[in-house]
Amino acid sequence: MTRELTCIGCPMGCTLTVEYGDGTDIKVTGNTCNIGPQYAQKEITDPRRIVTSTVRVKGGNLPVVSVKTQADIPKKLIFDCIAELSRIEIDAPVNIGDVIIENVLGTGVNIVATQNVESV
Amino acid sequence: MKHDLIIIGGGPAGLAAALGAREKGITDILIIERDRRLGGILNQCIHNGFGLHTFKEELTGPEYAARFISRIEEAGIPYILNTMVIDIAMSDARKIVTAMNEEQGLFTLEADAVILAMGCRERPRGALNIPGYRPAGIYSAGTAQYFVNVLGRMPGKEVVILGSGDIGLIMAKRMTIEGARVRLVAELMPYSGGLKRNIVQCLNDFDIPLKLSHTVINIHGKDRVEGVTIAEVDSKGKPVEGTEEYISCDTLLLSCGLIPENELSQQLGVELNPVTNGPFVNESLETNISGVFACGNVLHVHDLVDYVSGEATQAGYNAAKYIAGKTTGTAKYIPIRGVNGVRYTVPSSICIDNMDERLTVRFRVGAVYKNVKIVVKAADTVLMSISKKIVAPGEMEQVILLKNKLTEIENCNEIVIGVEVQND
Repeated sequence: MTRELTCIGCPMGCTLTVEYGDGTDIKVTGNTCNIGPQYAQKEITDPRRIVTSTVRVKGGNLPVVSVKTQADIPKKLIFDCIAELSRIEIDAPVNIGDVIIENVLGTGVNIVATQNVESV
Repeated sequence: MKHDLIIIGGGPAGLAAALGAREKGITDILIIERDRRLGGILNQCIHNGFGLHTFKEELTGPEYAARFISRIEEAGIPYILNTMVIDIAMSDARKIVTAMNEEQGLFTLEADAVILAMGCRERPRGALNIPGYRPAGIYSAGTAQYFVNVLGRMPGKEVVILGSGDIGLIMAKRMTIEGARVRLVAELMPYSGGLKRNIVQCLNDFDIPLKLSHTVINIHGKDRVEGVTIAEVDSKGKPVEGTEEYISCDTLLLSCGLIPENELSQQLGVELNPVTNGPFVNESLETNISGVFACGNVLHVHDLVDYVSGEATQAGYNAAKYIAGKTTGTAKYIPIRGVNGVRYTVPSSICIDNMDERLTVRFRVGAVYKNVKIVVKAADTVLMSISKKIVAPGEMEQVILLKNKLTEIENCNEIVIGVEVQND
């Protein structure tokens, strides 16, 4: 089978042509760097995304703090992940890199803060 | 107060420019920022994808800003927040900067050199000529982004987005994952103004339709948006009769282009390029006013913050050179012109004596071209010819000019950059 993908590894957005069969062997052309084949392999077998959102903060100089999954998680878990985040509220201060949720949804991936929030 | 260098704006451009100038030995620098914190628009861009070029890793906007802010703190570069610059004027070669804030009131500062790093703002509804009342529920995409990501508030539940710029695409995804229903993204042009990766991960991932060659021709509702009418447009951008479609929604987001914020520059007499709405600059990113430099989105709107940082660092280096008196004021300038589909170039002129060994020239094309060459010529000599599978208005391109190649060319009175069809 052949599929055309747009690589999301960086803003260049290379158009990848992916040839694959039943096995795990895939052939990728059109990539500029080696992120392309890695992305294509995942996108065909196990599509994943980094999820970014916000979490409510109590007693901070900002009402919410931005967060991200430290690595990509399965694409089909995006909405469940957002639901987990909407259920919690954390106390200020928050520092970049603080773990907000450990092992979210059993993915082995932590959710970390991407912003500093000071206490007021 | 007198400073060697004043930088107007503490966003990504201003921060990188300050660090660039400091690296080249300028100690007396002041950054003036109107917001309550440094970092500019990066603070509300909580999505990832920043820093792949600069830091070789993928960061979110706030993380990218934080890295630069901590470098500023480490270098001990002074900055003032909550302060609005309202005028820049010349007094002989010195620059007089008038600013105001709540603590000091109105005050003036002096500088040998000024770097303009004020960024850009979004094109508002008033500039788009869409009929209808003025109901609540119409926001620029960036305003909605501020509501959701900084204030933690959702501006609506059922959303139509006009314009497929990157902020519009990112907000389509952001609003969707926070529970809103994004009906569609309508784009006037036959191509998207955003990056391809954003089409994939913001629209395709969530099955949000992108309607190219479509626009909003009416906004319904008096107190609150109730819906919009969209229609297909012809090649001249005129709505085609019979293609109207009513879409119910409570929110309309506008992502219809960014405009460099150059009111201050104009007051000072800086000449602006009507294509970019940013200043004309030379190889040193210096405007027509000696000692006044520009970088980042106030100069021309970029797609990637990494390129802003690179350009602004260079502006900092060049300002440092100017302050140290190492640039020649009377040298010969050669214009750089975009031809055959290249809409503009930054810089738009160069002085070979003042240029570094390598000079990055950035430009955009006016339409989508496939299987073409980007050809750079000086006099009649072809300096370079780069094959491109695709070039599009939404993606900035660049070429690097080499000083040693340019000095070899006799009677070099113009450099042109154009798109040419590949012959093979």
